[in-house]
Amino acid sequence: MTTAVTAVHTSRADTGPLIEGATGKWEVIVGMEVHAQVLSKAKLFSGASAEFGADPNEHVSFVDAAMPGMLPVINKYCVEQAVKTGLGLKAAINHRSIFDRKNYFYPDLPAGYQISQYKHPVVGEGVVIVDLPGGKSISVGIERLHLEQDAGKSLHDQHPDQSFVDLNRAGVALMEIVSRPDLRSSEEAAAYLKKLRAILRYLGTCDGNMEEGSMRADVNVSVRKPGEPLGTRCEIKNVNSMRFVAQAVDYEARRQIDVIEGGGKINQETRLFDSKKGETRSMRSKEEAHDYRYFPDPDLLPLELEDAWVQRIKGSLPELPDDKKDRFMRDYGLSLYDAGVLISERESADFFEAVAKGRDAKLAANWVINELFGRLNKEDKSIGESPVSAEAMGAIVSLISDGTISGKIAKDVFEIAWSEGGDPAAIVEKRGLKQVTDMGAIEAAVDEVIAANPQKVEQAKAKPTLAGWFVGQVMKATGGKANPQAVNDLVKKKLGV
Amino acid sequence: MSVDKNTVKRVARLARIALPEERLAPMADELNAILKWVEQLNEVDTSKVEPMTSVVKVSLKMRDDVVTDGERAGDVVKNAPLGEDNYFAVPKVVE
Amino acid sequence: MSDLTSLTIADAREGLRKKSFSARELTEAHIKAVEKARALNCFVTETPEIALKGAEEADKRIAAGSARALEGIPLGIKDLFCTKGVLTTAGSHILDGFQPPYESTVTRNLFDAGVVMLGKLNMDEFAMGSSNETSYHKPVINPWRRKGSNTPLVPGGSSGGSAASVAGRLVLGATGTDTGGSIRQPAAVTGIVGIKPTYGRCSRWGIVAFASSLDQAGPMARTVRDCAILMKTMASHDPMDSTSVDLPVPDYEAAMTGDIKGLKVGIPKEYRIDGMPPEIEELWQKGIQWLKDAGATMVDVSLPHTKYALPAYYIVAPAEASSNLARYDGVRFGLRVPGKDIISMYENTRAAGFGREVQRRVLIGTYVLSAGYYDAYYLKAQKLRTLIARDFEDAYKKCDVLLTPATPGPAFGIAEKTDDPIAMYLNDVFTVTVNLAGLPGISVPAGLNREGLPLGLQLIGKAFDEATLFRVGEVLEKAAGPLPRPTPWWEV
Ligand SMILES: [Mg+2]
Ligand SMILES: [Zn+2]
Repeated sequence: MTTAVTAVHTSRADTGPLIEGATGKWEVIVGMEVHAQVLSKAKLFSGASAEFGADPNEHVSFVDAAMPGMLPVINKYCVEQAVKTGLGLKAAINHRSIFDRKNYFYPDLPAGYQISQYKHPVVGEGVVIVDLPGGKSISVGIERLHLEQDAGKSLHDQHPDQSFVDLNRAGVALMEIVSRPDLRSSEEAAAYLKKLRAILRYLGTCDGNMEEGSMRADVNVSVRKPGEPLGTRCEIKNVNSMRFVAQAVDYEARRQIDVIEGGGKINQETRLFDSKKGETRSMRSKEEAHDYRYFPDPDLLPLELEDAWVQRIKGSLPELPDDKKDRFMRDYGLSLYDAGVLISERESADFFEAVAKGRDAKLAANWVINELFGRLNKEDKSIGESPVSAEAMGAIVSLISDGTISGKIAKDVFEIAWSEGGDPAAIVEKRGLKQVTDMGAIEAAVDEVIAANPQKVEQAKAKPTLAGWFVGQVMKATGGKANPQAVNDLVKKKLGV
Repeated sequence: MSVDKNTVKRVARLARIALPEERLAPMADELNAILKWVEQLNEVDTSKVEPMTSVVKVSLKMRDDVVTDGERAGDVVKNAPLGEDNYFAVPKVVE
Repeated sequence: MSDLTSLTIADAREGLRKKSFSARELTEAHIKAVEKARALNCFVTETPEIALKGAEEADKRIAAGSARALEGIPLGIKDLFCTKGVLTTAGSHILDGFQPPYESTVTRNLFDAGVVMLGKLNMDEFAMGSSNETSYHKPVINPWRRKGSNTPLVPGGSSGGSAASVAGRLVLGATGTDTGGSIRQPAAVTGIVGIKPTYGRCSRWGIVAFASSLDQAGPMARTVRDCAILMKTMASHDPMDSTSVDLPVPDYEAAMTGDIKGLKVGIPKEYRIDGMPPEIEELWQKGIQWLKDAGATMVDVSLPHTKYALPAYYIVAPAEASSNLARYDGVRFGLRVPGKDIISMYENTRAAGFGREVQRRVLIGTYVLSAGYYDAYYLKAQKLRTLIARDFEDAYKKCDVLLTPATPGPAFGIAEKTDDPIAMYLNDVFTVTVNLAGLPGISVPAGLNREGLPLGLQLIGKAFDEATLFRVGEVLEKAAGPLPRPTPWWEV
């Protein structure tokens, strides 16, 4: 729900990628309000479970059902999670904040008001750095973060002329994170959401599960000719994946450009994203002009945070994606790209670090990114579901580093470890995959190949690049186990090239 | 500030109370009488006064994050005028 | 044992302990009195079976020597308190058939102490009223009548059923709630004692909310001591109410030493309002003299923002009420009136379910919170509250307690004031400041006027200093002497 009270302004000075219209180029301006469900056991103001998935109205207390005389009592952990998130967004923590009632009638809002924070949110201004493909990065301003209650769910398809109301979600704690309109394209919007999600997941304050609705984005889109003031925005509700965010922005920007270029005017309105059609459409139920009549909730006192408590939370913050990325580049010598890929999920970064510990970090990064992530992607598995443990992956890297196996053999070992499991060292041992480092044996194999191909020898002497053919033959003859470098050196020496 | 019939209509709509046409004007009169009376507060200069946010001078108490409630849908829906399978039922809402 | 219904709670407690009578006898006497007094319309719901069951348990415990603080004491409960499994209507049509699956903290405290519930008491709808005439269940009639007149009088409100049932000897005591005077004002005009504790002293959990920042539960009984006894049990720190205060509850009875020598009593000059009847002024002067005679000193104090209290209240209370009453939408409990769609279902339900006064206040509250008006009304009123609270703080630098009249006049006739809302609101002119500042206030009967109707004096205390109110209240009570019992004209 739109709650921004401060004047909206963008902190971006540069012009984003432009969209071609009939009357010239257009710039799209995007800001987001992300509702992130606080990872907690119980609800924000009641002791009912916040867990997803239960029979109708089972995770509901009398408070959540707004029975007469019921009163809210705040969950301290939810406040802590909001503060933690604020700190992770490098934002100002407001030591005094106020819970307000936002009044409107809707069947899934039992009290007839949502407890939210209006003029005095718990978290003030912050920033999120978003890395874009191609090495560019942008700063997205965070306007505020406030705590509020989730609403229940209305089911419209169970009965011909009734909607069914389930209050299991009602009262679950949400953090509404409002960005400035600092995003300039669908890619940027999706990248911002991805980065925000990573930060929340690093912090452990939200699981970021968009399918279950733990993270939902309302996307504010407007268009303008570059350099002109901000245009009228539309708020698109219910955008539940990175892909949909990108789709919604692209569709909405194009729609608005078409409307304006067709001589029309954009009305500030709430629109719904239809993920099946990839379209946005006006929301009928929100047509009525709202007047939320915010006022401080008299059932709650101002939320006052002690600085020592905030400092304690600050001291307990985990390393966040940006810091981790810098450290990976600095300590492991990784490229920006590799570091960026590895830190995108905390679990991936942890996995990599376990693999890299005491080993060749760049080699480790290569194997984790190319072999492991490639394979996980292909099989649509998360890092947590990887059949190859970090320990096993590390063992493979060690086997390559100490020359026990070649990179090529290592791929076979990885394949075996992936499909059958087992300790890579034992696999190498058992299957006799160890690299041949006995120079006598390699020399014999080289001699044999040279002796068998006198013509090729002559050709190679004239054209030294053909030495590679001999190396290949030797490798074949040794079942790939010969040390390729040693074979290469020996072949060149014997051929005299 | 004076309230007219249209304002009463709008406010009644916001408050979700059906007011028949013939009650709009009398209600406007009643509200105006009350509003005129409360506007005597304007005699007081409050420009340097903080609004009261809580009568009790204590800090907000907080609970621990423990599940202590729920799992009694039967009680929750027991008083509902209409419902099915522990859902509340309302006239169909169109979005 | 001739008249068990005329006992005080203190006497009944003693008699039960000494086994002079049984809890069953005590309860049956009251059930009979309730049945005979239906003309007063005090009860929305009578619960004799629950009462008898409670009495039986009480007798068992008394016999076993394990009697609790209020073992076997029959009380009435204002219908604003949610009582588990017992119809709770808040005096409104919109809560038709509502049986809470939970017990309010205050009533739980009472029942856990052995209280026997005789039933649920009538009240102004959602506690919005000063005469009990806004109740969906029809007005309560005051047991008192003017000398030589049969004109039915109001019992005050909103806790009118509580006040009338205590005054009429139908119950030994009752619970009330006070948002702008709803305990003290009816107590005064029915000749009983009622105290509104400091905001935060009694839990609001399970009490149907009217205006959350003002609502406070308290006891109503025939003596100051009885109120002290009930209060000790009703008050508690409740972790389920964020505004409930974690302070020990003193032994109020022990605080009633009768000694007020050296006590400084503030007399706020602003309570001498225009058009105040001479009998009220006389009453006030009598009170001053009684306290002087007992050794207290009078101090003139000023509460300069007093005249703004009532208008500020009629912004804050309706604003909070408009939001608190949004939950009565026909979805989860109570009345539902069908409509062609969800919005008209809401509108029809709330139009049929809320009475006129409630509708008026919900509309006022909605208006003053709506876009563009918040600062002019709600914010302004909350600033006035700060000033009103500051007035009291300043006054308490000079005195320990304040003495004022409780009401601007005695009980008036049914339907005498229903046409003019503001005239009705003025009944709370002396009581409402206390709610705005969150302070405790007690109303003590101070005698009868020339027409033979009771009048009360109010003592206002420092925050959480109810003990002083009981101590001084008892001195006033003694000086005023006992009121006669209203003639039981209603008995059938
Ligand atoms: Mg919003
Ligand atoms: Zn929101």
